[in-house]
Order: sequence, then structure tokens, then C-alpha cells
Amino acid sequence: MPEIKDILLGNQRAGARMIRLIEEGSPKAFPLLKQLYPHSGNAFIIGITGSPGVGKSTLMDALILEFRKRDKRIAVIAVDPSSPFSGGAILGDRLRMQRHATDEAVFIRSMASRGQTGGLSRATKDTAIVLDAMGYDIILIETVGAGQGEFDIASLAHSTGIVSIPGTGDGIQAVKAGILETGDVFIVNKCDRPGADASVHALTMMIGMRNRGTQLSNPSPKWTPLVLKTKALDGTGVDELADTFLSHFDFLKKNSLTDQTKRTQETLYFKSLLNDLTLEKIRSFMEASPKYDAVLKKIQTHEMDPISAAEHVVNTMIILK
Amino acid sequence: METTHKIRVLIAKPGLDGHDKGAKIVALALRDAGMEVIYSGLHQTLEQIVQTATQEAVDIIGLSIMSGAHLPICKRLITMMKKQGLDDIRLTVGGVIPYQDIPGLKEMGVAAVFPGGTSFEDIITGMNNLFE
Repeated sequence: MPEIKDILLGNQRAGARMIRLIEEGSPKAFPLLKQLYPHSGNAFIIGITGSPGVGKSTLMDALILEFRKRDKRIAVIAVDPSSPFSGGAILGDRLRMQRHATDEAVFIRSMASRGQTGGLSRATKDTAIVLDAMGYDIILIETVGAGQGEFDIASLAHSTGIVSIPGTGDGIQAVKAGILETGDVFIVNKCDRPGADASVHALTMMIGMRNRGTQLSNPSPKWTPLVLKTKALDGTGVDELADTFLSHFDFLKKNSLTDQTKRTQETLYFKSLLNDLTLEKIRSFMEASPKYDAVLKKIQTHEMDPISAAEHVVNTMIILK
Repeated sequence: METTHKIRVLIAKPGLDGHDKGAKIVALALRDAGMEVIYSGLHQTLEQIVQTATQEAVDIIGLSIMSGAHLPICKRLITMMKKQGLDDIRLTVGGVIPYQDIPGLKEMGVAAVFPGGTSFEDIITGMNNLFE
């Protein structure tokens, strides 16, 4: 059982055990998490997302190196998909970051998505709280290789970087819902390949159009997303990328947007917890009732259709005043 | 919240030997058995392995060794694991391991040995049995 004081001191063994409890949904996790929560809220959370193979993990590795040069303590959460068939997973993002394994100011945790769609796992948010309370300055989160629907990261991170490579898709790919709206920084990685400038141009144009669209409806100060070229493998452009992330964070702080982000995040977090806890409580209450078994039997003997059965259970067992 | 226990395994190749096909195939078999496998790649130092096992809070470390250096590697790793307080993590080893070395490995604290030729089924059962 991890001790709160060890976690707050940044002890990696204690932090790792705490994260394990969270991931397993252990009843021991919540009481500890409640104590850690007041110590969180200081870290700068950066999300890195993009399609499989664009170089997210390699870019993470280069960013760790760059932020370490600036003496920042870095925590990493790297999410990879779970097999929908076996529930198992191969977590291989870490492979590209292993040179930082023995740096005591770096903590890397691989995480399987465990059936969660959206690019993260259920445990990611709570894990970020633990790493934040452990005193890491920056938390880098790498999502599952994302397509066109994995944008949960935007509600968790202060800054979201969207990684692409030259030569994929025409302009219209970039205007599709989600991709443009959630990015604060756009990264064209593997920029030594042909077509990099065309990709930068297309993205810049789309961002310009997006901003014209939102400026009218929302006059508050707005961050204009930047498009950067990198070659993560040799670190080209990564110093500028780190600068950009940090200046975005400064921008958020200066315009009190970090508070706003925090409020939005806390509301979302509260609602999702409420969903889970309510569902669990009501369902276990229902399933314990003889009425539940009776209805289940009626479905099996075709006396009742599943729709009427579900309605019947809800209407007769939940009485709201 | 619903509790889900999954076995987490770190598959690592210490030292200089560059033959990682076996380690990769075992990683896939373990995934198909429902385990979460952290694959840390080739040429890992023992320090890296200990630190990775710590941060990832794994249940099992699976070393793949083809170099013949399994005895000194395991001995040193066990000492380092003890020092770091990783008493609850089981060390297993596979690869080119002569049968006559197995008792020695077990004696120094290796929880299970899977020499070349062990079936996937036996590896999976062997790993699951470590928790019974």
C-alpha cells in the first residue's frame, strides 16, 4: 500500500503503486486520491495525438530531452490500445523513450486503453493527478494512435499537439470536425520528406479559416495555433516546439484561461465520476432485487421483450422524489 | 468502481545480444493470454530494467537471454531489485538456458525459467501460477 507522504515526496515506487491501484479500480484508490487532489494543479499538461506511425513516441522522446535541458521534471503517460479480443496489450511506446529510464527526474508510465475509446484510458485523468502531486513540472500524455474521433485529450491537457506527416490527405482532411478544433499546436513531423511545406501551408490556411469562423462568435483573447516542422529522430525543430508549448501555457495563464480550463475539467471530471458511481450504485441495487431476476426470466421465456423489461425495472424500482 | 486485475509483464533483453524475435513472439502470446506487456526493447542495462519495472509497477519481469550470461545477469538483477524494494515482482527468464543451470537460477530467486522450446501454453500457465 503506497503512503501519501512518499507519493508527495515524488517516490517513484509509491507513485507507481498508486497508479496501479487506480488502474485496477481498487477501492483503496479513492481515499488516497482525495488526499492527493489538493496537491495537484501545478503541472503543465501537454497532450500529443495523431495517427499511428507519424512519430508520436519519437517526438515524445525528443521533447523529454529538450525539457530536461531546461531542467524540468517530466512525467509521461503513454497510452496504447488493448486487444478487443483478449483484453491484453503490447505497450511499446516506451521503447523509444528508454534512454530516459534511469533519469530520476523522468517518470514514464505505459497504459493500456482497456476498452476506452477516445484515445485515453479511464485511469489517465487520475494518473495525471498523482503525477502532478508528485511534483513533476510537465506531464506529457501520448494518446493511442488516433484517427478522427480520439479527442478526449483536449479536455485533459492544457496544450494539445497534433502530429501529422507530409503527404497524407488533401486539405479537406484537415477541416474535418475535431482535428482542427482541438489542436493548439500542429506538428508536421518527418519534415525532411517531400511535401512538408505543402502540409504546413494547408494546415495554416485551415487554421486561418477556423479563426475567422470563431472570432465573430467569441471575442475573448484567442490563441492562434501554430504549425511547426520537426524531425523528431534527430531533434530538428524540437526546441522551437518546446518554446511554443511553453508560450501557449504562458498565454493561458496570462489570460486566466488556466483557471477556466481547470473549472471546465473539474466539471467534466465530476460528471463522469457521477455517471460511474450512480450507475454502479443503482445497478447493484437493482440486480440484488428478486424483481430483477423475475424480469430476466420473463425475457428468457419470451413473456416480455427486453425494451419493456428495462422500462419496467426502471419505472418500478427507481422512485425519485 | 469495477475492479480489474491484469497481469503486467515487462519483457526486456539485457546486454548486447541482438536476437529479439523470441522476446517479441512471447510478448504477443502473453498479450493474447490477456496480459499487459511492456516491451522495452534491446540492449537494456540492468539499471534501466529495474527503473522500468519500478515505474510500470509490473508483476513480472521476463528476461530474454541468449548470450549465455544468464547466471551473472540474474544474480546482479536480483540484488538490485532487493535494494530497490521490488520484493513483490517475480523474475522469470527465457532463452538459451541449459537445463543444468535451472536449479542454480531458482536458488538465487528466479521464480520461473522457460528455456528455448518451452511451449507458449507452458509459459502462460507458468506465469499465471506465480500468483496462486
